[in-house]
Amino acid sequence: MLTTIALLDRSCGPVGRPFYFGTARRATLPRGKGFVTVEQAETDWVALMLRVRDAQDKAAFAVLFRHFAPRIKAFLMKSGASAALAEECAQDVMATLWQKAGQFDPARASVATWVFTIARNRRIDALRRSRRPEPEALDWGPDSEPDQAEVYEMAQENRRLGAALATLPDKQRVLIERAYYGDLSHSEIADETGLPLGTIKSRIRLALDRLRHQMS
Amino acid sequence: MTIRHHFSDALLMAYAAGTLPEAFALVAATHLSLCDECRAALAAFEAVGGAVLDTTDAEPMGAHCLADTLERLDTPTEGRAERTRSAPEPRRGVLPAPLQDYIGGDLDQVKWRPIGMGVRQAILPTSGGGTVRLLHIPAGQSVPDHGHRGLELTLVLQGAFRDDTARFGPGDVEIATEELEHTPVAEAGQDCICLAATDARLRFNSLIPRLAQPFLRI
Repeated sequence: MLTTIALLDRSCGPVGRPFYFGTARRATLPRGKGFVTVEQAETDWVALMLRVRDAQDKAAFAVLFRHFAPRIKAFLMKSGASAALAEECAQDVMATLWQKAGQFDPARASVATWVFTIARNRRIDALRRSRRPEPEALDWGPDSEPDQAEVYEMAQENRRLGAALATLPDKQRVLIERAYYGDLSHSEIADETGLPLGTIKSRIRLALDRLRHQMS
Repeated sequence: MTIRHHFSDALLMAYAAGTLPEAFALVAATHLSLCDECRAALAAFEAVGGAVLDTTDAEPMGAHCLADTLERLDTPTEGRAERTRSAPEPRRGVLPAPLQDYIGGDLDQVKWRPIGMGVRQAILPTSGGGTVRLLHIPAGQSVPDHGHRGLELTLVLQGAFRDDTARFGPGDVEIATEELEHTPVAEAGQDCICLAATDARLRFNSLIPRLAQPFLRI
């Protein structure tokens, strides 16, 4: 099985290219170098996550792990955890991602967002030793999968948001990062982020409206 | 339910980031259970968190981590006691589910204690600074003039109240800061039930005049 993971994770050129690498940037990749890293290719995290959710695919999980676990570890260290605790918690978060995969809804959150919420909850639990009250669950019924267009639009919105965050003036971006690392108290957080959140809000709102409609 | 008074972006961002004290987080979770507008805004702020996490410079994981985690996947981790439970099931009864979680039941299970002038309260157990309580104010009754030492969030669950700033009905949340000194009055017709959280921060305490009537005993 480990061979399979290695094969999927370091797909060499177009031949061994697994389904979840997008094709958009294939033409621009250098030919003949024989090694495509996950970062260089446009990895379809949603497709991987759905493989985990629907087929308990461990190879897909390994690709997600290699990308997200080191970032969760870094995120938790920025939040004040030691390297050892952060590494342990990063593994817990990835294990939770596997166990709760059934709750992942690509119309309402990107994989990074979903990973973030699990990491945040683990941080509250492990670092702050406090409890987090959650809103009532609002889950898709088993027969009401969101449609592809909705999932695609959500991914686009998240890409735009990431780009907007990257282009914020340093001072502003650092403030936002500190808020999420848990470095700012609620009274230190400003109402104005400088990020264009209106469209992403209204898309999620539409998804919620549809969901409420199905539930009633 | 038409909700007119919502959570502020700053408070939703703090809740998304997981830094809101538990007492305020309970008011947030209760309001979010009633308000899809704020639920969508919260999801947007969580998306910002996703973007922050995704752009954090990676810290390499130990060599055995992946193999260890893969091995764990087949064994359910029931043993690990997590304080943060998964989202509560949809509502049964009158009160939103996260609130029922803290009460240990619905409205009829609340252990009220009188605090004078017909007003009753029930303090809910939370950790990490701040206090959250249910308040039961008889219809038409006014609450003595009071100020706040920090932030006070008041979410209406039943009935309505008015103060110098506006009217607050079911689902509405009033965000009162140190500047606001107000005299809330429960509307006639129906007793008003609210969920109110305050932070008992001692920081800056000496700078702030103690305007408060000791009505809430905080």
